[in-house]
Amino acid sequence: MLGWEFPPHISGGLGTACYGLTQGLAHCGVEVLFVVPRAHGDEDTRFVKVLGANQVPVRGLQAERQLAGSLDPGVLPEFQWALGEPRRSAARSLALCAAPAEDLGTAPPLSPQDQRLVTLLREIVIDSALLPYQDEACYSERLRRLEAAGLPGARGLLDRAGAGPGSTEEVVQNLASVLRDAPRLEQVAREVERFAESLDQGRTLHFSGSYGADLLDEVARFALAVGEAARRESFDVIHAHDWMTYPAGMVAARVSNKPLVVHMHACEYDRSGEHVNPRIRDLEQLGLDAAERVICVSHYTARMLRTRYHIDRSKLRVVHNAVTHKEQAAVVHAEKTIPEPIVLFLGRVTFQKGPDYFLEAAARVVKLEPHVKFVISGSGDMLPRMIERAARLGLARHVHFTGFLRGSEVERMYALADIYVMPSVSEPFGISPLEAMALDVPVIVSRQSGVSEVLTNALKVDFWDVQEMANKILALLRYPALREQLSSEGRQEVRRLRWDERARAVNLVYKEVLR
Amino acid sequence: MTSLVFYFQVHQPYRLRRYSFFDIGAHENYFDDAENARIVRRVAEKCYLPMNALLLEQVERHQGRFRCAFSVSGTAITQMESYAPEALESFRRLARTGCVEFLGETSHHSLAFLGDGDEFDAQVQDQAARVERVFGLKPTTFRNTELVVSNDVARHAERLGFSAILGEGADHLLGWRSPHRVYRPEGCERLKILLRSYKLSDDIAFRFSNRGWSEWPLTSERFAEWVDGLPAEDSIVGLFMDYETFGEHQWRETGIFDFMAHLPGALLRQGRVRFQTPREVVQAQDAIARLDIPYPVSWADAERDLTAWLGNQMQRAAHDALYGILPQVRQAAQAGRPELLERWRRLSTSDHVYYMCTKWFADGDVHKYFSPYASPHDAFITFMNVLDDLARRAAAAIQSSAPAAPCAEPSASAPSVTPSGAKSAPAAAAGPATSQAAAARRSAP
Repeated sequence: MLGWEFPPHISGGLGTACYGLTQGLAHCGVEVLFVVPRAHGDEDTRFVKVLGANQVPVRGLQAERQLAGSLDPGVLPEFQWALGEPRRSAARSLALCAAPAEDLGTAPPLSPQDQRLVTLLREIVIDSALLPYQDEACYSERLRRLEAAGLPGARGLLDRAGAGPGSTEEVVQNLASVLRDAPRLEQVAREVERFAESLDQGRTLHFSGSYGADLLDEVARFALAVGEAARRESFDVIHAHDWMTYPAGMVAARVSNKPLVVHMHACEYDRSGEHVNPRIRDLEQLGLDAAERVICVSHYTARMLRTRYHIDRSKLRVVHNAVTHKEQAAVVHAEKTIPEPIVLFLGRVTFQKGPDYFLEAAARVVKLEPHVKFVISGSGDMLPRMIERAARLGLARHVHFTGFLRGSEVERMYALADIYVMPSVSEPFGISPLEAMALDVPVIVSRQSGVSEVLTNALKVDFWDVQEMANKILALLRYPALREQLSSEGRQEVRRLRWDERARAVNLVYKEVLR
Repeated sequence: MTSLVFYFQVHQPYRLRRYSFFDIGAHENYFDDAENARIVRRVAEKCYLPMNALLLEQVERHQGRFRCAFSVSGTAITQMESYAPEALESFRRLARTGCVEFLGETSHHSLAFLGDGDEFDAQVQDQAARVERVFGLKPTTFRNTELVVSNDVARHAERLGFSAILGEGADHLLGWRSPHRVYRPEGCERLKILLRSYKLSDDIAFRFSNRGWSEWPLTSERFAEWVDGLPAEDSIVGLFMDYETFGEHQWRETGIFDFMAHLPGALLRQGRVRFQTPREVVQAQDAIARLDIPYPVSWADAERDLTAWLGNQMQRAAHDALYGILPQVRQAAQAGRPELLERWRRLSTSDHVYYMCTKWFADGDVHKYFSPYASPHDAFITFMNVLDDLARRAAAAIQSSAPAAPCAEPSASAPSVTPSGAKSAPAAAAGPATSQAAAARRSAP
């Protein structure tokens, strides 16, 4: 599984989905080798407390001992920094998720069930600066930040001194340049082939210890590192999540001669509307074409892949996301400090999430119900414009911007809300309404979302129909029976959305490609 | 001889148009005339007309030995008058044969019995008068909406002059007793109850086209054999079903029309049964025992209770709000706006709360039942918005007719449909209510 880490990150469910799915697969008895990019020493403290080796809690250490036999760091001296140290065990993610980071020290010992999971899950960390949802600008910014922090693995631009014919540097550059330049499946396959042959001839790659100079360099570098790892590991299926891991999936598939399944959580048209980044779009196309099966997080996404990427229906399988159920969910009880009902938008303030439609609806609501507060939580490139727009619509007194919320603040915000609105323009799935529903908050979701396919106890609107959105907000404000109906039934409904069931569906896809 | 009673329910609600919060106070076109016309015409064409022709042919062919009963709701009659007069005429033709009985019910297919006793009486009497006017015979058999029956409903029907009532032969009601006998509801002196034989009825209404059913395909001969095989003491078999079974629920392609064209002949050939209408049954047979129906029983779902209409919070809130504004609407009607009461009655049609049912959510079987709405919540929102508007117009009508107090305190008399405010916010609502009541007054004729 070529996946992404799980931070309790306010914006984006990619890591959450990888985590839930992996757990579910383990419950189905599927052994998962989880390969994840992580910058060496990059403690991204904006989102989560990442623990250093010396801080690994009791639970993690127990798991480590079990893993010691399966991953011998001595095997790959030249590659040691790139492949995962034993401390990067799946159990660590388990522990991170089962309890808030600050409670890790007192976490109880692993349950027998978790023990079993540990034996089925292994994690390999590839030292890489890739993060989900990055584009070129974000990547450059991240490189700068890593460098500024003076972190050992972040020497910034690629060390050109190591370049030369046949060098690792050259192989990376060759792959990067075909990826960069309107990649065609055959070209990329040729590069991958060349790489695989060099591995077959017993050549070893020597990475210079710095990250790719730009995003596509890094994607290529990650792909080759994964290829190197794939040669040493044994597995039956390769499962790659979102475009950045697609080239890696192709390399691994060639090296191991195993089938490739790609998972589409969000495509470039979701993120950017009509103004797509053509390179990213092409890389998505590449992975979709190369894969034997494509798992889509919704029918909405499957339709998008048919119309925008011309992927044949027979290759597409829909597996909706589910919810990670915390074992002992802390009861969030937030004291209301203002008397007015709160209507909440929570997510990245970007084109995709439709914050502008939320404001338009707000303007219509306050005309009839002036005693309502609208809250926009999150940050993003549209935030300044939204603040101006709220002022222009005369909503200054009605709309509040909280900025980016972390961990427990997110749950507290949900708990304060009376209504949650997800007005997304294009949402392949959209996990946030489920989080709100789990906290008894009635939700309104855009019909242009995958989550609207699985929810029954939610109100649904077309994102552009701001009049109807306002109508539904007003109805929730005015008719208590509707709120009660949605919150009591909604909580039950969310409980029924379980990753174990989704994993069974994914397992069926694996069986299809293994036939 | 066993009496075989066919009773078909014919009903069409006045469906609401999309009516948003912003329509409140702005306009009073609640009902989706185009959609209602379209559906009534479609059902007339696919079900009423061909099936009425088929039944008329059976009556004629068997020279009156085939007989049946209909209950046609008032809202179905008035919509056929507007949109499909030829269909209504075909019902009249059946009535003129003298072999078809037309039953009494609430004029607007409502749950008035559970909401307001006076309104119930008014709707029943209204419907009785309409049936007599349209079909030429005063009804003497009563069937309550969705076959909801209890001791109280039965007593009420008796007081209104009916001699028979129809009910569901539910297992939990009968216990070891047979649905194939005539009973007298507890507390009634003369009224008799005829029960639906749910197994035989549902073999036709639900299972007929089910290819997974072990008896598929069902032939009229086979069905006649089942009836023939009933215990000798069974004196009545009630085959009660929605008329739309024929041509709508079971498409023509399933062979349902052929089945019905051959069934009377097959049954009559056996000599075991005679077709009778409910009126004829209660004239010919005495009740064999009393039947205690302490709680309302309906013909819906596996539960046979009221949960399809009043099972969740939205439905109960909508029902309560509807009957909550009835006093004002009556007052407004007396104050010169009788059309408001007619609109209220169209809202009292049980379909409106039925669309809010969430029972089948648990199975994920959302689309099991036809509804004009995308979801039960949308049904609730639309209904409540309409009710809010109606309440405001009623209040405005009352106020404008009271010459002594000309609009002094408008907000005080504008009844709000529900209490407002969210989790802990009591403040909202009052402001807009005032201005909209004023707007409503302005637009009132």
